[in-house]
Amino acid sequence: MKDDLAKLIDRIDAARLSRRGFMGGAAAVGALATLRTPAYAAGEPKKGGTLKIGVGGGETTDALDPGLSDSPAPFSVGRQWGDTIVNVTPTGEIEMRLAETMSANEDGTVWTFNIRQGVKFHDGSDMTVDDVVATFKRHSDENSKSGALGIMKGIADIKAEGNAVVMTLSDGNADLPYLLSDYHLIVQPKGGVDNPNAGIGTGPYKVVSADPGVRYAFEKNADDWDTTRGHYDAVEILVINDATARTSALQSGQVHMINRIDPKVAKLLGRSPNVQVKNVSGRGHYVFIMHCDTAPFDNNDLRLALKYAINRVEMVDKILDGYGGVGNDTPINAAYPLFDETVPQRAYDVEKAKEHYAASGHDGSPIELLVADTAFPGAVDAAALFQQSAEAAGIPLVIKRLPDDGYWSDVWNVKPFCASYWGGRPVQDQMWSTAYLSTADWNDTKFKREDVDALILQARSETDLAVRKELYGKIYKIVNEEGGVICPMFNDFIDAHSDTVMGWIDNPNYEMSGGFASSLTWFA
Amino acid sequence: MHPVLKLVAQRLALGLLLLLAASVLIFIGTQILPGDVAQSILGQSATPQSLANLREELGLNEPAITRYFNWLGGILHGDLGRALTNGQDIATAMGKRLGNTLFLASCAAVIAVPMAILLGLIAVRYQGRWPDRVISTITLATVSVPEFLLGYIAVYFLSVQLQWFPSLATVYDGMTLGEKLYAVSMPVLVLVLVVLGHMMRMTRAAILNVMQSAYVETAELKGLRKFTIIARHAFPNAIAPVVNVVMINLAYLVVGVVVVEVVFVYPGMGQYLVDHVAKRDVPVVQACGLVFAAVYIGLNLVADLVSILANPRLRHPK
Repeated sequence: MKDDLAKLIDRIDAARLSRRGFMGGAAAVGALATLRTPAYAAGEPKKGGTLKIGVGGGETTDALDPGLSDSPAPFSVGRQWGDTIVNVTPTGEIEMRLAETMSANEDGTVWTFNIRQGVKFHDGSDMTVDDVVATFKRHSDENSKSGALGIMKGIADIKAEGNAVVMTLSDGNADLPYLLSDYHLIVQPKGGVDNPNAGIGTGPYKVVSADPGVRYAFEKNADDWDTTRGHYDAVEILVINDATARTSALQSGQVHMINRIDPKVAKLLGRSPNVQVKNVSGRGHYVFIMHCDTAPFDNNDLRLALKYAINRVEMVDKILDGYGGVGNDTPINAAYPLFDETVPQRAYDVEKAKEHYAASGHDGSPIELLVADTAFPGAVDAAALFQQSAEAAGIPLVIKRLPDDGYWSDVWNVKPFCASYWGGRPVQDQMWSTAYLSTADWNDTKFKREDVDALILQARSETDLAVRKELYGKIYKIVNEEGGVICPMFNDFIDAHSDTVMGWIDNPNYEMSGGFASSLTWFA
Repeated sequence: MHPVLKLVAQRLALGLLLLLAASVLIFIGTQILPGDVAQSILGQSATPQSLANLREELGLNEPAITRYFNWLGGILHGDLGRALTNGQDIATAMGKRLGNTLFLASCAAVIAVPMAILLGLIAVRYQGRWPDRVISTITLATVSVPEFLLGYIAVYFLSVQLQWFPSLATVYDGMTLGEKLYAVSMPVLVLVLVVLGHMMRMTRAAILNVMQSAYVETAELKGLRKFTIIARHAFPNAIAPVVNVVMINLAYLVVGVVVVEVVFVYPGMGQYLVDHVAKRDVPVVQACGLVFAAVYIGLNLVADLVSILANPRLRHPK
C-alpha cells in the first residue's frame, strides 16, 4: 500500500494526474490523510546527474537511422536525440511538438501543419519546413526501407507552403496526426537523405557516442527548444538483453531504470528496496492466428470452436502473472479511443466449443499449432495451456515447437496456425488497416472481407465521433465472431526505476513512459 | 634445413590450408541457413516492396560461387566488407570486439593458467591427502556447474547483496585500464572457475604419469625434496599434454564465452556473432567464423609446436 501511495504522490509531483484520477487512486489506497506536505508535492524538477538506462532489446546490428528502428533500444535512442512533429499523450490526445498548430479540411483529405520556428538541430543549423518535408518524403519513398512506409502510403502529396507542411491524402483520414506521431518519423536535417545514421535531431539530448548493441552516450542539448524537459546533464543507454542481468543491474544501482520486466519476477522485484515497478496496460497483445483461407481454418465453426476452447483468464494469470487483461479475439481493447464496450466478453466454454467443433465437421485429425519462444514471452507455455483446455473440449491440438531463428520469416504470416504478437497502434484505424484490410501486407489471418474493408475506409474519413465509434463497433463484432485471430490477452508494459528517479508518468502508448522517461524524470 | 624449422614450416602451411578449407565450410554454412537476409533484417515489418529493394541493394541475386570468390578476394586484400544491417565497416567493428574478447580472455588466462599449474603441482605433491582432495573437489565442482549459473550466483552475492563488484561488465572507449579491470572482475572470476578445473586435473594427471618413471625414482633416491622433483624433473616432461589442454582452454576463452558475455553484458565477439547470425548478416558471420577458425588453428599450432620442441629427441636429431 505504501508503494501505491508513493506512486500516486509521484504523479502529483509531476502535476500530471487529474484530480479525479488522484481521488480515485487515493481512495483505493485509503490513505489520503498521510499526504506529504504541499511544498514537496509542488515537485520542481531538479537539474543534473547522469541517468543510466538499461534496455533489453538491442543488437549490434542496430542503426541510428530512425526509419530502421524496430526494437526497444533503437526506439529509446531515437527518443533521446529526435522529435516528431506531434506526439500522443498518455491520455490519447495529440500534443504539438515540432508542429505548432494543425488543421484539416472538411473530409480530412488535406492537412496543414504549421512548423515551429527558431528550433535548432544539434549541428547548429535551423530546422525548417523543408527539413520536415524531406523527412516525410524519405519515409514515404517507394524504395525506402523505413518502418513507417506503410503508414505513409496513403499520402499522395507533401509540400511546403510558407512555414507549413501541406499533405494531401488519397482518402480522407481523421487520424493522420496519430500516424505522424510514429517514432520512425524523427525530423532530420534535409530529411536525413544524405546520412540517415547521423543521429542529428532536435531532441533533448545529443548523441555523444553510439556503440550499437552495447552502449549509447548522450549529453544535454543546451539549445533545446523545449525547456520543460531533459533535466539530466547526460544520459547513458546500456543494452542489457538478458532479463536477469537487467534486473540485477537495477538492484545493484548500476542503472536507474530498466524496461521489459519479466511478469514472473515483477512482484518479487517490487518488494526489493529502492525499486519501483511500473506497469501500464497497453495495446500490445498476444495472439494465436488462423489463416481464414486455409483448411481447416476456412470453416468459421472450427474457428469459433478454438476461440471457445481457450481459457483467457487462466492465461492472464499464468502467462502474465496478472500483469495484463483478457482479450476478446479482436486487436482492440479499452486502451483505444472509441472502444465499443457493449460486445460481450467471450469466455472459456467447453460445451460451446464442442458444439461448434461438431458443427465444423472436422475429421478429428490433430490440428498443428506452431510456436516458438520469440512469438511472445511465455508463448510455449501458453500453447501448452491452450492444448490442455482444447483437449477438454475434445479438440486435438498438437504443438510444434520451432526455433526462434527464422520464425518471423518462415512461420508467421506463412503457416496457417501459429502464435504471434502485436505491439498495438495508437488508434483503431491504424490497427485495423495494418492487419485486417484485404490488401494489407500484414493481414496475418488472411481475413479478406469486402464489408470490413468498406467499414474501415468509411470510419477512417468519418469526422463524427459517434458515427465513427459505431462503425468501429461493427468491425469489432465481425472480427470477434468471424475473424481468424484468437486473442487471449493484452500484455502490460512493465518497467522499473530506482527510488531516486522522480516524475515518472505511466504511458500506455509504449514502454519507458512512451520512450520519454529521460525527458520527463529527474533525480530526487 | 634444420628439421625443426622444416616441421614448423610444414605446420604453418597445413594451418593455412586448414583455414582455407574452413573458409569454404563457413561460406557454405552461411548459404544453407534457412531464411533470407533481407527478410531477417526487416523482420516482422517487411513488405514485399521493401524486401525486393533490399535484396537488390545487397546483391543477393548473384550466384554463390561469384560471391565466394569476391569475398575471399576481399579478405586477401584485408577488406572484410561492410555489415549488411547497419553499414558499419566490419574490420573496425569486429576489431573492437576482438580486442574486448582478447582482453577478457587474457585477464582470465593470466590468473587461471599459473593457478591451475600450481594447484596441479600441489595436488601431486600431496597426492591422496587432504590438500589434493580439497583442490580436486572444488575445481571439479566449479567445472561441473554451468557457467551461467556460476555467473548468476556470483552476481547475486557479490553485486546485488555485497555490492563489491559491478554486475555489468560493459567496457567502452575512454575507460582507464583500472576501470576496465574493475568492470571485468566478475566475468574473469567466473571464467577462471570454469577453466581452472580442466587444466588443473590435466596437469595433475600428466605429472602423475611421469612420476612412475625410473628417473623420478632415481631423483628420490638422490634425496631430492618431493616438490623439487615434481617441478624440476617431472613437470618439464609432462609439458606436452599440459600445453595442449591449456591451449584448448585458451581457445575456449576466445571463442566460446558467449553465455558469460550475455550474463555480464560484455561486448565481446560471441554476442556480436550471435546478433549477426540472427539477422543473417552473412559478411559479419563469415568474418567472425574466419577469425574464430584462425584462433583455434593458431592456438593448436602453438600447442603442437611446443610439444614438439619440448621433446629433446626432436630438438636434437642425430
